Amino acid sequence: MTEFTDMGVAAIRDGVRDGDFKAVEVAEAFNARVEKAGALNAFLVTTPERAINAAETVDKARADGGQLGSMAGVPIGMKDLFCTDGVETTAASDILKGFHPPYESTVSGKLWEAGAGMLGKLNLDQFAMGSSNETSAFGNVVSPWRRNDGGDAKLSPGGSSGGSSAAVAARLCPAATGTDTGGSIRQPAAFTGITGVKPTYGRCSRYGVVAFASSLDQAGPMARDVRDCAIMLGAMAGFDPRDSTSLNAPVPDWDAALSGDLKGLRVGIPREYRVDGMDGEIDGLWQEGAQRLKDAGATIVDVSLPHTKYALPAYYIVAPAEASSNLARYDGVRYGLRDLPEGADLQEMYAATRAAGFGAEVKRRIMIGTYVLSAGFYDAYYTQASKVRTLISRDFQTAWADCDVILAPTAPSAAFGLGEMVGDPLTMYLNDVFSVPASLAGLPASSVPAGLNKQGLPLGLQLIGKPLDEQTVLNASLALEQRSAFDAKPQEWWT
Amino acid sequence: MAGGAGVSGRAMSVDTQTVLKIARLARIAISEDEARALEPELNNILGFVEQLGEVDTSGVEPMTAVIPNTLRLREDAVTDGNKRAEVLANAPVSEEGFFGVPKVIE
Amino acid sequence: MSDYRIQGETGEWEVVIGLEVHAQISSISKLFSGAATDFGSEPNSQVSLVDAAMPGMLPVLNEECVKQAVRTGMAMGAQINRYSRFDRKNYFYADLPQGYQISQLYHPIVGEGEVVVTLDEKDPDSEQKTIGVERIHIEQDAGKLLHDQHPTMSYVDLNRCGVALMEIVSKPDMRSPQEAGAYVRKLRSLLRYVGSCDGNMEQGSMRADVNVSVRKPGDEFGTRTETKNVNSIRFIQQVVEVEARRQVDLIEDGGTVVQETRLFDAARGETRSMRSKEDAHDYRYFPDPDLLPLELTEEFLSECKASLPELPDAKRARYESELGLSAYNAAVLTADVESYRSFEELLSVTADKLGKSEKDIATSTANWALSIAPGVRNSLGEDADLSHDTAEASAAILQMQAAGDISGGQAKEIYEIVLKTGREPAEIAATEGLQQTSDTSAIEAEIDKVLADNPDKVEQYKGGKDRLFGFFVGQTMKAMKGQANPQIINDLLKQKLG
Repeated sequence: MTEFTDMGVAAIRDGVRDGDFKAVEVAEAFNARVEKAGALNAFLVTTPERAINAAETVDKARADGGQLGSMAGVPIGMKDLFCTDGVETTAASDILKGFHPPYESTVSGKLWEAGAGMLGKLNLDQFAMGSSNETSAFGNVVSPWRRNDGGDAKLSPGGSSGGSSAAVAARLCPAATGTDTGGSIRQPAAFTGITGVKPTYGRCSRYGVVAFASSLDQAGPMARDVRDCAIMLGAMAGFDPRDSTSLNAPVPDWDAALSGDLKGLRVGIPREYRVDGMDGEIDGLWQEGAQRLKDAGATIVDVSLPHTKYALPAYYIVAPAEASSNLARYDGVRYGLRDLPEGADLQEMYAATRAAGFGAEVKRRIMIGTYVLSAGFYDAYYTQASKVRTLISRDFQTAWADCDVILAPTAPSAAFGLGEMVGDPLTMYLNDVFSVPASLAGLPASSVPAGLNKQGLPLGLQLIGKPLDEQTVLNASLALEQRSAFDAKPQEWWT
Repeated sequence: MAGGAGVSGRAMSVDTQTVLKIARLARIAISEDEARALEPELNNILGFVEQLGEVDTSGVEPMTAVIPNTLRLREDAVTDGNKRAEVLANAPVSEEGFFGVPKVIE
Repeated sequence: MSDYRIQGETGEWEVVIGLEVHAQISSISKLFSGAATDFGSEPNSQVSLVDAAMPGMLPVLNEECVKQAVRTGMAMGAQINRYSRFDRKNYFYADLPQGYQISQLYHPIVGEGEVVVTLDEKDPDSEQKTIGVERIHIEQDAGKLLHDQHPTMSYVDLNRCGVALMEIVSKPDMRSPQEAGAYVRKLRSLLRYVGSCDGNMEQGSMRADVNVSVRKPGDEFGTRTETKNVNSIRFIQQVVEVEARRQVDLIEDGGTVVQETRLFDAARGETRSMRSKEDAHDYRYFPDPDLLPLELTEEFLSECKASLPELPDAKRARYESELGLSAYNAAVLTADVESYRSFEELLSVTADKLGKSEKDIATSTANWALSIAPGVRNSLGEDADLSHDTAEASAAILQMQAAGDISGGQAKEIYEIVLKTGREPAEIAATEGLQQTSDTSAIEAEIDKVLADNPDKVEQYKGGKDRLFGFFVGQTMKAMKGQANPQIINDLLKQKLG
C-alpha cells in the first residue's frame, strides 16, 4: 500500500470510509512527517493533538455507523490567516504574536465539520502581503524543490500561501487552505507543482479570516490534484450570513460533476498575456497546454483583454488602500503587541506599536494605501483604479461571448531563490501580473502543474472561468492535469 | 481624468517630508533615515501606478460589487455580546472590565 | 423671522448657524452587530467581537436602522436615495477599535428635506420658518473613555461602540439661538413621533455639532467653526451666543476666524479650540469593501411609508379643523409625543364612556388635560402619585361631571384624591359626599320653597333687580346642602321667575 503521506484527500477519505485504515493512523503519519520537516519552516504552530482528536472522532463515527463528512479523516494544514478558536493566530506578524482568537473562521469551521483535522497553522507572507513568503515575521518558508544543478540554493515556495504550498508539495499534509488576494493561492501552487483553486469572490466566507484587502480576499483549497481541490472546495464554500459579501448561491457538487472531457468547450487565449520578454519556456508550455486542452475536445480561440496591462497598477492602489484601513485595528489596545515607550501618550503608543509589530512590506503597503487615500489624491488614485477595475471586469465579460474559460500562465517565472528579489519590491510585485486580473474581476481561477523547466522546477498554467462557474475551471484543470501527467516530486532533502 | 494631483500622466513623487507625514497619518513611527530609505521605494511604486492615468475612464462607474450582489439586511435582534471575558482575553492591559490605554487628555 | 443681531464696534452682525444633529437610532441591537444597545450596562458587556474589531470580524447591517432612517427622512419630506453606500472614515482613537468609523459620505441614504419650525411653539401666532435639511446619513457611534478611574490610564468601554446613529445635517438656515433651539426641539419632536430616536439628550441619544459663522447682514458667509458634541438645547443656544460674540470680537480686533473644531466648556460658558491635530481633516474616506451598496426596493419604501404615524403639523391642523380645538390648545397638545398620546387616549376613553363623538367632547377634554388636571397635579406636588393618573380615572371624572353628578369643583377634589390614593372616582364621590343632585323635582321643590319664603325679593327681581338671581341660587343651593347641580337650579329659576 502507498504510504499515508503520499495519499491525497480522496484516497484518505475513501480509505477511511471503506475501513482500509483508521483515520488515526493517517493523522499519526502526517504528524510524524510534520515534526521532521522543521527545515522547511512551513508550520508556525503544530497541533498534533487536534489532528488526532479529529481522526478519533471520525473513527468512532464510522464504528458507530454514523454519517461521515466529505473530508472525514483527512488531516490538513491551515494557513495562519484563518482564525482558529484557542490556537494562536498571527498572520505571520509580530503584531499578533500571542493572539488566541476566541472564535473560529467560517471556512475552517466548515472543514472541521466535514471531518478534517488540523495538523497546524501554516506560515505565510505577513498579512498575506508578498509573493515569496519572505515577509513572514517568523522566517522564510523554504520550498521543498531545488534546482537540478546539484546546488542547495534555497528557493521560494511562492506567496503568500507559501507555507501551504510547501507543506502540500513536501507531503506534510494532503491539502491545505490558502487565500488569494492577487494570486496568493495560484502563484505558490505553480511554484511548488501543486494545484490551487481561487473560487469566485464571495464563494468562501471571509468571516474570521484576517483581512488584507476585503474586496479581493478569497479562500480556496491547495492540494496535489484537481479532484482533491474540488472535494475540499465543496467543504469550504457556502453562503455565510456573517459575511455581507458572501454569495447566497447553491454550492454544486463539483467533485461529482468533474469531467476531463472538454467537447464543445471554447478555451480563450488572451493575447495581451503574451508580454514582451516573456520566459520562452513558459510561453512554450502555455502553447503546449492549449494543445492538451484541444486534445481533450476543446476549441481554442483568441480573445482580447485590452486592459490587462493596467490590472497590476490598479491592484497596487486598491489592495494597499483597503489594507491601510483594514490594518488600522492593530493598535496595541485589544490584542497582540503593545509597545509603550516611557512617557508615551496614546497616539505615540499606536505609532510605536505599529512600528515594532509590522514588517517592512506591510508598512510599505500601509504607507502606499494611506497616501493614495489621503486628501487631494483619492479621486486620482483610488477612484481611477476602481474605474479601471470596472473596465478589467468588462474585458472578461466581453471575452465570455467567445470563450468559456481562459488559459494563461500562472506566473511569469518559475520559483526564484530566496533573497533574490528582496531588494526590489516592484519586481516582486510584477510576479503577480498574470494572476491579478482574475482577482480584480472576482473570477474563479486555478493553477495546475503542467511541466518542469530546464532547471527541474515546476511551472503552472492558469485557468480562469466565468463568475460562479468553478465547474468549468475544474473540468479544464482536470483535462490539463490528465494530459500533463505531472508526477514530479521534490527530492526529500529536509529530513 | 481630471488633471491635478496623482495619476494624471504627470510624474508624481513624494519627498522625505511627505513620507514622514504619511507615516504619522498611518501611525507608524519612523526615523528620518527610514523615511529617506522609503522615499525611493514609494516613488518607484507610485511611478508604476502612474500609468493608470493613461486610461480613459470617462463615463465609467467605479466598481462597487465585485460580483453582482446586493446588501442583505439583518433582523434587529440581540444575538451577540455578553462575552466580556472573551473580548478582554487578549488585551495587553485590562482592568476592572475595561481596556487600559495611556491616559488621554481631551 | 429673527432680527437677532450682535452689536459690534463696527455695527451689527448676523449669525449663521448650521447644525449636525447626531441622533441615536432606536434599535434593539447595534448597526452592524448583534450586541445590545441598552443604556448603562456593565462596561464591555454589550460588545461583540465585531464591535471590538477582532481580526476577521465583519459588519452585517441592521434592517431596523435602515428603516428608521428612511422613515425619518420621509417625515421631513426628504428625498430617499434608493442607492446608498457606506464609507470608512479613517482615524485613530481609543474609542474607535476598527481605526475607522463606518459612515456615509459619498452616497447618504437620505437627501434634501425640510423642517418647519415655530419660534414659540406655544404661540400659534408666532412666525414659522422652514429650515432646510441637507442630508441624513447612518453611522456608527464610538465607544467611551473614562479618564478619572486610574492615575495613569484611561479606561475604554466599548458598549456604545457600533450603536447606530443618524446624522441629520441642516443647511446653514438658522439666524439666532432661538431658531437653533426651535429647530432642535422640532427635530426632537419629529424623531419621537416617528419613533426613530428617543430624543433623550441627557443620555446622549441626541447631540449636536454646532456650526457658527458671522457676517454683516447681506454679506457672503463668513468662515465657520464647528463646536462638537453639544448635548442640550440650552447649551446649543449658549454655544451660538458665545461663539458668535467671540468671532465678532476677533474680527473687529483685526483677527480672522479659523475653520476649526471647538469644544464647549459648559462650566465656563465658553468654547475653546480642540488641540489641533494635523490629520484631523484627512479621514481618507473610501467605500467600505466589507459592505455592498444598499439598494432599497419599492416594497421596502412602501412599508416605511405605511408605518409612518400622523406627524405633528398634520395632527395640529386636524385638531383645529376636525376637533374644533383652539389653535393654542392644538399647538400645545401636539408639541410632543406624550401630550398627544395621553390626550388621544383620554379623548377616546371618555367618548366611549359618554357615548359621544370625540369632536363633541374635545374642547372640554382638552380643557381638562391642559388646564384643570395640570393645576391639580401642580398643587399636589410631591403628594401626587402619577401612577394613579390614568385615562380611565380622568374619563370617569369627566363622565360624572358631564352627567351632572358632580360639579367642577368636586371633579378637582375627586381627582386630587385619585392622585393621592388611587381610589376609584365613583367610589370617592359616593364615600366623600362629593356629589350633586340633578333630580329636577327635588330641586324644584326647594326652589318653590325659597320663592314662597321670599315674596318681597321675587317682587323686587321682577321689578328689575337682576342681581337678586344670585340670592335665589344661593338659597336653593343652601337648602340642597350644596349638592345640587347649579345648572339645573339656574334653568329652573329662570323658568319660574319668567
